[in-house]
Amino acid sequence: MPDATPAPRKFEPRIVAFFCNWCTYLAADLAGTSRLKYAPNTRVIRVMCSGRVDPQFVLEAFARGADGVLIGGCPPGDCHYQVGNYKALRRFRLLRRLLREMGIEEERLRLEWISASEADKVKAVVNDMVEKVRALGPLRLKVPEEVFAEEVAA
Amino acid sequence: MSEKPKVAFYWCASCGGCEEAVVDLAEKILDVVGAVDIVFWPVALDFKRRDVEALADGALLATFLNGAIRTTEQEEMARLLRKKSKLMIAFGACSHLGGIPGLANLWDRETIFQTAYRDSPSTVNPEGITPQPRHRVDGFELTLPGFFDTVRALDQVVEVDYYIPGCAPTPKIILAAVQTLLSGQLPPRGAVLAPDRALCDECPRKDSRPEKLMLTAFKRPHEVILEEDKCLLAQGVLCMGPATRGGCEALCLQGNMPCTGCFGPTSRVRDQGAKALSAVASLVESDDADEIDRILAAIPDPVGTFYRYSLPTSRLRRKRPAAAARAGEKIAA
Repeated sequence: MPDATPAPRKFEPRIVAFFCNWCTYLAADLAGTSRLKYAPNTRVIRVMCSGRVDPQFVLEAFARGADGVLIGGCPPGDCHYQVGNYKALRRFRLLRRLLREMGIEEERLRLEWISASEADKVKAVVNDMVEKVRALGPLRLKVPEEVFAEEVAA
Repeated sequence: MSEKPKVAFYWCASCGGCEEAVVDLAEKILDVVGAVDIVFWPVALDFKRRDVEALADGALLATFLNGAIRTTEQEEMARLLRKKSKLMIAFGACSHLGGIPGLANLWDRETIFQTAYRDSPSTVNPEGITPQPRHRVDGFELTLPGFFDTVRALDQVVEVDYYIPGCAPTPKIILAAVQTLLSGQLPPRGAVLAPDRALCDECPRKDSRPEKLMLTAFKRPHEVILEEDKCLLAQGVLCMGPATRGGCEALCLQGNMPCTGCFGPTSRVRDQGAKALSAVASLVESDDADEIDRILAAIPDPVGTFYRYSLPTSRLRRKRPAAAARAGEKIAA
């Protein structure tokens, strides 16, 4: 994601979305072919399963400029790999607590079950999340080098 | 004047345990002293900063620096010793990863000073005086090192050639590292001088870990009588073994206590805490969000548990300041 553009006058949230190959990504695809209109703020990354979303990916996204992270997986009972979405759920519950301790609001990390036919749910979830993150404002995690440089200069 | 290679030991934000670790070499320290000249070691020898400054650049074979970087003085010393040394070795968890002092990154200077110099019950400071970097008394200027908001690991300040992990490094790890450095057969720059396998691999309880491990409750060590030969995770006690580099020979496990992660991650992991969190959360035996939360509530302090030694080198590095503080960021180091 090139960062060369100058800072926008109006804050547009950047949402990194990890969508599973079997359900949510297909739903997003269907939203496209159905010509549904929704907020253009997500950068979708297709993963084989929501259970593949390592918490390191989420932190990396936040550390590199995402204002929110959305994880989309198959509805309970429908995981292509039986239990991958449940693993995602367990990690998500604990990771959100850890983020809160680190000063990152809960609304910035979201897990949704969206089946392959639910294009309208993709639209609703993305629109809703963009509005909530917009209300929170930019995450603006400083890269530590900046923080340190400022401290040293002071 | 001997021709032995010269080395320095230095400490920054640390507890002194790493110095103890050197002393723990016991009679083996004689082999080390036989092979090198220690020209700077504030805790044990009376050499001064000016003695280091008088050395030619690169005159030292190696500096073993323990402790995190918290103050301006520590940063200056790290830079000075870097300049004088062919090899800079981060010695111990604080220097390697940020360590226990790195947990201060959940706060900032203001809140730390507030607690230490005003709010703590044992503090008597009616005038609310906090340390200042400069103060004039009778025409003399007194100075103190500046105190940074953010604790850093050594490689966030100067280039580091090798890392010796551990809180504290074990005698075996230290000796092996020193021998490696003296042998001239140097491993790739940036290497951690310990095995690159998870601790579980060398744990004496390895075989008692069930094939499929799922838990409905987490217990803390004081809440349960621990069996001495069974995998601690299988007993419901959080053990960082799966997400921690081996090399300590499972010392804590030998003392019937869980691993807390001091050797840091293996080379394939960027964020030890996230990886440990991932491993632990997936053990929870439930598919229901509320029940998952209830089970995980037995981990009262996720940051302190998963990042006990590595918060400054995690992807987030420090707690995000509250909105008010973000508006007027400015630092007076």
